[in-house]
Amino acid sequence: MYSLIWLVPIVPFAGFLLLAFAGRYLPRRAVAIIGPGAVGLSAAVMLLISGQFLAAPPAGYAYEQTLWSWIATGGLEVGFTLYLDPLSVVMGCVITVVGFLIHVYATAYMAEDEGYSKFFAYMNLFVGAMLLLVLGQNLLVLYLGWEGVGLCSYLLIGFWYKKPENGAAAMKAFIVTRIGDVALLIGLFLLVVQFGTLDIPAILAAAPGAWAVGAPAAVAAALLLLGGAVGKSAQLPLQTWLPDAMAGPTPVSALIHAATMVTAGVYLIARLHALFALAPGALLLVGIIGAATLLLAAFSALAQHDLKRILAYSTISQLGYMFLALGVGAWTAALFHFMTHAFFKALLFLGAGAIIHSLRDEQNIFRMGGLRRRLPAVYWTFLAGALALAAAPLITAGFYSKDLILFAAWVSPVGNRWLWGAGLLGAFLTALYTFRMVFLVFHGPERTAPHGRPGPAMTVPLMILALLSLLGGFVETPADLGGVHLFSSFLGHALPGLAAHGSPALEAALQLLSTVAVLGGIALAYQLYLRRREATARWLARPAPDAARRLLLAGWGFDWLYDRLFVRPFVWLATVNKDDSVDAFFRGLARASLLLHGALSRAQTGNLRWYAVGFALGVMALLAIVVFR
Amino acid sequence: MTIVFYLSAAVAVIATVLVITRLNAVHALLHLIVSLLAIAVIFFTLGAPFVAALEVIIYAGAIMVLFVFVIMMLNLGPHAAEAERRWLDPAIWVGPGILALILAGEVGYLILRGAAGTTGAAIVGPQTVGVSLFTTYMLGVELASLVLLAGLVGAYHLGRRRGAGEDGEGERTNG
Amino acid sequence: MAEVPIEHGLLLAAVLFLLGLIGVMVRRNIIFILLCLEIMLNAAGLAFIVAGSRWGQPDGQVMFLFILTVTAAEVSVGLALVLHLHHRFKTLDADAMSGMKG
Repeated sequence: MYSLIWLVPIVPFAGFLLLAFAGRYLPRRAVAIIGPGAVGLSAAVMLLISGQFLAAPPAGYAYEQTLWSWIATGGLEVGFTLYLDPLSVVMGCVITVVGFLIHVYATAYMAEDEGYSKFFAYMNLFVGAMLLLVLGQNLLVLYLGWEGVGLCSYLLIGFWYKKPENGAAAMKAFIVTRIGDVALLIGLFLLVVQFGTLDIPAILAAAPGAWAVGAPAAVAAALLLLGGAVGKSAQLPLQTWLPDAMAGPTPVSALIHAATMVTAGVYLIARLHALFALAPGALLLVGIIGAATLLLAAFSALAQHDLKRILAYSTISQLGYMFLALGVGAWTAALFHFMTHAFFKALLFLGAGAIIHSLRDEQNIFRMGGLRRRLPAVYWTFLAGALALAAAPLITAGFYSKDLILFAAWVSPVGNRWLWGAGLLGAFLTALYTFRMVFLVFHGPERTAPHGRPGPAMTVPLMILALLSLLGGFVETPADLGGVHLFSSFLGHALPGLAAHGSPALEAALQLLSTVAVLGGIALAYQLYLRRREATARWLARPAPDAARRLLLAGWGFDWLYDRLFVRPFVWLATVNKDDSVDAFFRGLARASLLLHGALSRAQTGNLRWYAVGFALGVMALLAIVVFR
Repeated sequence: MTIVFYLSAAVAVIATVLVITRLNAVHALLHLIVSLLAIAVIFFTLGAPFVAALEVIIYAGAIMVLFVFVIMMLNLGPHAAEAERRWLDPAIWVGPGILALILAGEVGYLILRGAAGTTGAAIVGPQTVGVSLFTTYMLGVELASLVLLAGLVGAYHLGRRRGAGEDGEGERTNG
Repeated sequence: MAEVPIEHGLLLAAVLFLLGLIGVMVRRNIIFILLCLEIMLNAAGLAFIVAGSRWGQPDGQVMFLFILTVTAAEVSVGLALVLHLHHRFKTLDADAMSGMKG
């Protein structure tokens, strides 16, 4: 059964090839079957394998399958090897299941689009690359998937390439993540140099013996890997690409820029946890980056008026939570939040897509309202997602995952109160902006009338995701609320658990605090955006709040800063160097030879007697050499 | 005999100077014949009677007669001498003169530097030359015959085109 | 037999050769240029004869014969060309024929 693992990434690749090369000859119905079907098949195989993994785990909770030897040179051997352990099982299941649901949804969402088969080809390629990323046994396969998902992200953000700003957004995403990718690549080189191998298990096994805790090489490697993770997961300071990435179709935002690809950084750090454990400084930096990002992005989300941009900032913020969890060593908590986040954020994006679709591409939440009655299916599922995102207590998956992170931030030996405080403030802000969105979009007076209702291809995935968002958290509950530890005990075979444990009383107190924060956020949103909306609008029109709103709307002006700091100097440099100073040398060579050519051709006058003089001069010179030798 | 050599050498040099300075082509030609004859004498004094005879017969005889024919065919009148005078601006001699002087200095230095000897070791008669020519230098003789053949064909071709009138017509009649 | 130092013979050849060279460089009339070429070739022949006479060998004279052959061929073609050019350009000025194709 395990030996079928190769099917999991291969089937989406096959789907991609089929759609890419035969897509234009296939009818839409066939494309609608092949695209989701490939991912569905992949999901089925993945679930079967996972079932067996749970029922009869392989020896050491790890299974390797080498498909072929990829590189074998001198001291480096890299196989094209897939690796199955609890971590990749969780990742693979979430990716394939959520990916399948989003594919099904997209068959309806993209139905009118002319690039139908192209869209599914890219999506299948993405799923295949993402699965390679998480199933890769060595860092090179991981890197292949890493770049593959980056490419698909670029292709899909710029999917509607006829609008120039979409192309610009795609390039921005590609270039900004590239900065991180370069760091990651250098990190890989460093690891090859240090360990002579790229196999992740081998590196993890060798690292504690080779490096002392805090060794410079370990810190350097961890920081470089962190650079890659920060770029991919849109964390500070490379977070600017994600809001613009919303230029792509909504299913793309749901799949790539919420559920899967952006969590690759989290996966990378969790996968190489032993390296980060050796570099406490880098690990602390991970936590600080996470905390700072989650706050900045949450504040920014408060000011957005574009539905998808709110969700994009929310994604950045939730990724910040995952980084925070990683930073305090709560690997399991990060993965748990990854899973629940994949469910509810995909749900929210798909719900937003359904809204946007029925409002004919209206994305401004201030022009929406009262959709509760017109789109009930969307409303109730979206509400479930919003509750999960806001971490509404007890009934949502988001509550359990976020609670685990906050608890870990408090009790972890490497955590501290500041990180916890940031997380708590973030929870409050999350509830506030989430319900601001919900109240503005679904409640109040109707502003734009929707056209029709989404069909079953869209609503069924929404419902399944809503169920997952609500119930997915019960695989891991705190000690005072049932004490289920299925998730952490399963992942415990791949990731070390959190060393510290708090008392039940502390746990309950922390839960109470976060509950208060969440409910306070929801209540405040209700007051500000539903009951006293006019007053809020008037207050926001004042100069000081308006300036703050503008700053937040622009995402704290990072784009402006980077434009001044990097883009403009670079463009200036490029303009200055338009005539390529290196090229000038070669152009000089060309000009010199032309000059010589001119001089020589001027010598060719056709005048016989000048040739005779030339002969004489030549003879004279030759004789002079003989004479004065 | 030594004095004959120097006398002939003086005659040859003077005659040659006159050749390159004359305005009238026929005069120059006559001076060249004088120069060639003087060199023939030198050959004779150097013990090479065979080439001395050839110098007289072929150079001074045949080749110079060719020149005379051509000059006659071109029918260069007094205006030709007038054109020569215009062309031979005195200033024009300066550059080539300096060049030639430098070359002379270099060649003279090279010649005088080397260990020498005297000429006229023995008279090398026609028989010896002939034997050498048709044994050691057989290949050279063949090549020389090819050169002559090429010269013959070339001269014939060029002369024929001219004889046929304008270039275009000539080519047509050739066909 | 003239027992002159070989240097004198060679110097004579050099002087004659250089006079020919000056002529080639100075004269504009093609006929004069051809004449001067004759002088130069002849001077080269003289050098061979002098050298051959120094060693009493026939090789110098053989070389002179070859030079003679080349001269004959050169003159025949050269004079044919002179006739052709005169017919075409109506002048014997070498400088007037400096136009080149391509």
